Amino acid sequence: MWTRLKRLYHKMGSPKWFYQISTLCSKWCMAVGSVLMLTGVVWGLAFAPADYLQGNSFRIIYVHVPASLLSQSAYIMMAVAGLVGLVWKMKMSFVVAKVIAPIGASLAILSLLTGAIWGKPTWGTWWVWDARLTSMLILLFLYFGVIAIYNAIENDEMANKAAALLAIVGSINIPVIKYSVEWWNTLHQPATITLSKKPTMAPEMFIPLVLTIFGFYCWFAVWVFARARNEVLLKERRTKWVRALVQARQHKSQIGGDA
Amino acid sequence: MHPQRKQKLLIILFMLGGISLAVTLMLVALKENINLFYTPSQIAAGEAPKQQTIRAGGMVVAGSVRRSDDDLTVRFDVSDGSHAVTLSFTGILPDLFREEQGIVALGKINDDGEFIASEVLAKHDENYMPPEVADAMEKAKFVKKYQDTEAY
Repeated sequence: MWTRLKRLYHKMGSPKWFYQISTLCSKWCMAVGSVLMLTGVVWGLAFAPADYLQGNSFRIIYVHVPASLLSQSAYIMMAVAGLVGLVWKMKMSFVVAKVIAPIGASLAILSLLTGAIWGKPTWGTWWVWDARLTSMLILLFLYFGVIAIYNAIENDEMANKAAALLAIVGSINIPVIKYSVEWWNTLHQPATITLSKKPTMAPEMFIPLVLTIFGFYCWFAVWVFARARNEVLLKERRTKWVRALVQARQHKSQIGGDA
Repeated sequence: MHPQRKQKLLIILFMLGGISLAVTLMLVALKENINLFYTPSQIAAGEAPKQQTIRAGGMVVAGSVRRSDDDLTVRFDVSDGSHAVTLSFTGILPDLFREEQGIVALGKINDDGEFIASEVLAKHDENYMPPEVADAMEKAKFVKKYQDTEAY
């Protein structure tokens, strides 16, 4: 078992193998993600009952909660990938860390925006400087910091190391976000979904939420794969296998053009 | 593990631990400033500064909402279970404002110990349910109350 895992790890480090396996994984994630998202969104927006207090405005939860959860998970993935890159000098993990940053940032923006849109009718304000909202804004700024490092440092190796370090240090913010609603008085409500307790939500509202959450994760994977594959092709453009791949594509399109 | 890699990992983990400790100490030191609002108990204990704009939060006590006859002023009690503070607000309350719902208000405590709010925000809790379920729960509560009084 251990040797198999080790072999898988070494394979993962190879850009060529990553490119091949990600094509397959990406297709599967796309298919599963589409089914989950469509079912979850249609169920959640059209069929789930309205909330007894908030009415229909609660339905923004089907975007807000998955985006918030995923933007935090993405940050953890970025930090772990950075750590693996720093310690074990794995090329592919730096690529993954790099491509996650803008995706995570967009999810954090989505979470903050949907939260503000929900906050206005529910709380009576778009924004309040409570611990949950502020720590989430810090997460967005951390993503911006990581992206800025990649753009500011010309040398790829230096940029990778600096960005990984910032990602690792910034991961301290993740537990702060999670427990902010318990440690301090906040306007934001505590978690509806926890691993230890039954969700404080009716099942006909909760199931579509679970579907959209998993749908978001699948599409996140598709997005990461697509960006990572681009990055791999760009980095490896001088290698034999990429050239062969490009030639095969050109040949195919020529045949297609003639027909 | 390769000794060099092990050393690197240890350095990073050590750094992370040090920074976590620093952040924890900072957050503990700033606890009062990070809290969004003072609870009625804190206000009763005199922890909240007087004549300064602060936020107070708690549950709206059932049956305590009194509306003024000639303007938009509303007075109600806000409680956290052990203490209550009377709050007065002139303006439009958020849609979710209800008795036995949480609110967070921005304002000042006057000399009479009343909280004069300039803004009232509704705090939503983590419970989501369809109206029928809420009705059923309300009914069950009522029936239970009725049975309890019956028993005496």
